[in-house]
Amino acid sequence: MTTAAADAHELSFVRKYIFSTDHKIIGIQFLLMSLVFLFVGGLLAMLVRWQQGFPNEPIPGGGVLPETMAPGGILLPEFYNSLVTMHGTFMVFFAIMPLLVGVFGNYLIPLKIGAPDMAFPRLNMWSFWIAVPAGTLMLAGFFVEGGHAAAGWTSYAPLSAVSEYSGVSAGQKIWLLSIAILGLSSILGATNYITTVVNLRAPGMTWFRLPLSIWALFITAILVLLAIPILSGAAIMLFFDQTLGTHFFDATGGGQPLLWQHLFWYFGHPEVYILILPAMGMVSDIIANGSRKPVFGYHSMVYAIIAIAFLGWIVWGHHMFQSGMNPTLGTGFMISTLLIAVPSAIKVFNWMGTMWEGNLRFHVPMLHGIAFVTMFVIGGLSGIFMASTPVDIYIHDTYFIVAHIHYVLFGGSLFAIFGAVTFWYPKMFGRLMNPFWGKVHWALTFVFFNCTFFPMHTLGVYGHMRRIYDPTQYEFLKPLMGLNKFITISALLLFASQIIFVVNFVWGWFWGAKAGNNPWEDNGLEWTLPSPPAHGNFATVPIVHHGPYEFSAPGVTEDYLPQNHPPLQVGAGKEGR
Amino acid sequence: MEWILPKGASTFAGDIDFLYYLILVITGIAFIVVEVGILWFAIRYRARPGRRARYTHGSLRAEVIWTAIPAVTVVALGIMSGGVWNDIKGRNSVPAEALPYRVMARQFEWHVTHPGPDGALDTPDDFTIRNQLHIPVGRPVVVHLGAEDVIHSFFVPAFRVKQDAVPGMHIRVWFEATEVGAFELACAELCGLGHYRMGAMVTVHEANEFSEWTVNQAAARTTATPGVTP
Amino acid sequence: MRRTWLAMGIALTFACGGGGESAGGGGETPAASSQPAVAALGTGSISGVVMFEGAAPANPTIDMSEEPNCAARYSGAPADPVVMVTDGKLGNVFVRVTGGLPAGPYPAPASAPTIDQNGCLYHPRVVGVMAGQSLTILNSDSLLHNIKAVPTANRGFNVSQPRAGMTREQVFTEPEIMVPLECNVHGWMKAYVGVVAHPYFATSGENGAFTIGGLPPGTYQLEAWHESLGTKTAEVTIGPDGAGTVTFTYGAM
Repeated sequence: MTTAAADAHELSFVRKYIFSTDHKIIGIQFLLMSLVFLFVGGLLAMLVRWQQGFPNEPIPGGGVLPETMAPGGILLPEFYNSLVTMHGTFMVFFAIMPLLVGVFGNYLIPLKIGAPDMAFPRLNMWSFWIAVPAGTLMLAGFFVEGGHAAAGWTSYAPLSAVSEYSGVSAGQKIWLLSIAILGLSSILGATNYITTVVNLRAPGMTWFRLPLSIWALFITAILVLLAIPILSGAAIMLFFDQTLGTHFFDATGGGQPLLWQHLFWYFGHPEVYILILPAMGMVSDIIANGSRKPVFGYHSMVYAIIAIAFLGWIVWGHHMFQSGMNPTLGTGFMISTLLIAVPSAIKVFNWMGTMWEGNLRFHVPMLHGIAFVTMFVIGGLSGIFMASTPVDIYIHDTYFIVAHIHYVLFGGSLFAIFGAVTFWYPKMFGRLMNPFWGKVHWALTFVFFNCTFFPMHTLGVYGHMRRIYDPTQYEFLKPLMGLNKFITISALLLFASQIIFVVNFVWGWFWGAKAGNNPWEDNGLEWTLPSPPAHGNFATVPIVHHGPYEFSAPGVTEDYLPQNHPPLQVGAGKEGR
Repeated sequence: MEWILPKGASTFAGDIDFLYYLILVITGIAFIVVEVGILWFAIRYRARPGRRARYTHGSLRAEVIWTAIPAVTVVALGIMSGGVWNDIKGRNSVPAEALPYRVMARQFEWHVTHPGPDGALDTPDDFTIRNQLHIPVGRPVVVHLGAEDVIHSFFVPAFRVKQDAVPGMHIRVWFEATEVGAFELACAELCGLGHYRMGAMVTVHEANEFSEWTVNQAAARTTATPGVTP
Repeated sequence: MRRTWLAMGIALTFACGGGGESAGGGGETPAASSQPAVAALGTGSISGVVMFEGAAPANPTIDMSEEPNCAARYSGAPADPVVMVTDGKLGNVFVRVTGGLPAGPYPAPASAPTIDQNGCLYHPRVVGVMAGQSLTILNSDSLLHNIKAVPTANRGFNVSQPRAGMTREQVFTEPEIMVPLECNVHGWMKAYVGVVAHPYFATSGENGAFTIGGLPPGTYQLEAWHESLGTKTAEVTIGPDGAGTVTFTYGAM
């Protein structure tokens, strides 16, 4: 370890910051990349929302868009479909997933388990430098003839398989290639995480002393390793349908459109848990810290993560209740889906249990953590409506689903990401983000998020279909236009509120208060190191004596107890987790 | 924020709506318990000088309680939902006396073949109309659903009916209207650049009026209604 | 620039009167159009007429009842103008020179013919362009039309025009007889674009007449194309007086 730390001084700028093999630098690289894509995805959502609230009115400043996208500043239906598709694509594959897995998987796993780096540092570097061209390629799709992919982020065949039906040719191929390339990046990352967690834990870091964030990232990595190859395989098959004239998914040549849906969702539902489990894990860390209490029911939390990950493999059919799939199969998928409510409920109640009789510190990460729990609950409960097959007949493919997915992925994942970024920011950059503006950002985001997405439930209850370019085409949707306008204005304000975060992020990097080693008074091994930690992390291998959440332990003066703190005297409180 | 469903107009709309409201009540209770609980904890247990959090790693009894209650609730919901689902979409759910229609979805039109006065498809008195479906009130109808190009979805909000139309598949979907009037039919699955405009009108007639209408239409149109069928 | 094209396009549309349905084109029945040759080879011209013998087949009617904006333009259900016969003359026949021309290349003119979506029908229904020449697609209806081209030699496209007054330029780069255009929102809407390597082509008007100008004296092979009645060929000689005449005759099939 010491040699690694010494080596750090001799690395050139390029080796240190560009083609770095240091998991911390790679984590920060992923952070910057995925924040850019988060911004892009948000911008696309604003265009979508404008069209929903003000159909047939020119977008302010929309004149800069070319004729093939928005003549006179008014979106074309085909471009609207591209926007919807690419908003989902960028958010799922290039923002939320790399933010959770790429950023925090990389940054936290070695630090929190007491390892000098990942098991395969070069593989790690490649996983980032494969993601970059995938993202660039995905952006390039906007500039090709025929426009970008427009069959939804789920790319249902045959709309995605036959260019004639969508008018999109090159864009769809680029989409598929980019997804396949990005899949390679994810697979490399996941291999690395699994190996690292299994092999490189510091002495004393037993499985049940792992922080829940690491548990979640470890289980997530297994999901990624098993799920992504299915998507990549399906994407390659669809690519062949597009280019080589195969007919895997095109009924005119004997293919099966439903095969794509089965393959996509067999990947896609585990993907949903890839997008939420790490968030749950990191929020557990943050809420324990903010509550100054051990996580309530640590073991149940671990088992719940495993149960969710397992059940996540046998529920994909709930996306397909109305697809023409055998209805008897629908009943089976309904039961497995409803059962996921159980481990999810366990997690929510345990977070509440953690706050119960705590000594709550409302620092910015904690506020985001609480927002995560309160919003995830709404997303989880609205899922029960869709899980019930008869109710799903009515609300499937309506805005109810849009509300649901955004309560899970924005209200859930993104609040957790804001919490995690603000929580580990001082470790990454050695400085703190401004807490006042952090709270302002949190409050505005929380309010406008709810103003944006809660009314979407109502749209869904009225039967408002999703992915509709112009809702005024239907009489039964016309009374909802007022609500649509309200949602659009809220969404614009929500987007604008994120400027505060961007400014705070950049400001903190250069002018934030010095953080010190342990600004949040946390127990994790990373907080025993300087901020930022040197290449190679630990000068000496840490020995772990305690569980990750020994807050407010009796016999300790402070209300926290670092994991590598020497064992307490006998009789000084219950130990040994 | 409205949570009340718009009025249903089919026989099974009531069953679906009942399940919806049941879930609304159950999730509403869970929602209030959790949100009020968190708010209460946030106020009650905020950090104050001299306070120290209670040092506990959890409670087995609490875990058992909050595992069991959701488990029992969702299983009960699943059983109730399964029954209704079977009645609406189960393999043998289509009533034998249902009046048959063929609906062929294509970008971006619904081609509706009506059975004609004889009440049977594939007979010379069938006629096809674009974007219009005419059915009698109080009699089950079964739609033989197909798609020519991409996946579409047959959605009549008032009837609580939604079924994807998939190329290469023949899917039957049935319903029985309980009210006379005109109801909108929409495509609910992204099917291309004209998706947002792929609407149609379902007209529900009184039984007598329907027979009369059918006879008149069958006389006026032929199966290969020009300009509409490919 | 766009405005000029638009004006020219509309003028051309009226001049062609191709579709012949009352809604779109002008009521006049002018002689059919021919492309203005950029650098004419000569001053002669071929004038011809397309005859139809026997009883004209009945055109199907279009049920526009679910599209009130368009239905209101017609009294009763409009006919689908597949076979346009007026007094024994056949319109919407695309005629082009297939032989006898000096080897090209022929530069494409900068002007662009217009195809107008008006009253949920294309006007004209049959239009010719040179390879590389722009075709202006105009939507005069205040509702969505999409324009899908499914060519074999050219690159296809599928684009939309959701509002009235929208225009769009499309270019076909390879000669192709014929590129079908269709609207999927209104399945009955069909049009055909003849893409030719040279400027010597024309579409017969409602009176069955067409003129191909700008040719030097000589003997030329012609081919006539009709969407449902097929193709006919003929040979015509332009004499020293600069005039050649030809008659194509279709019959009930």
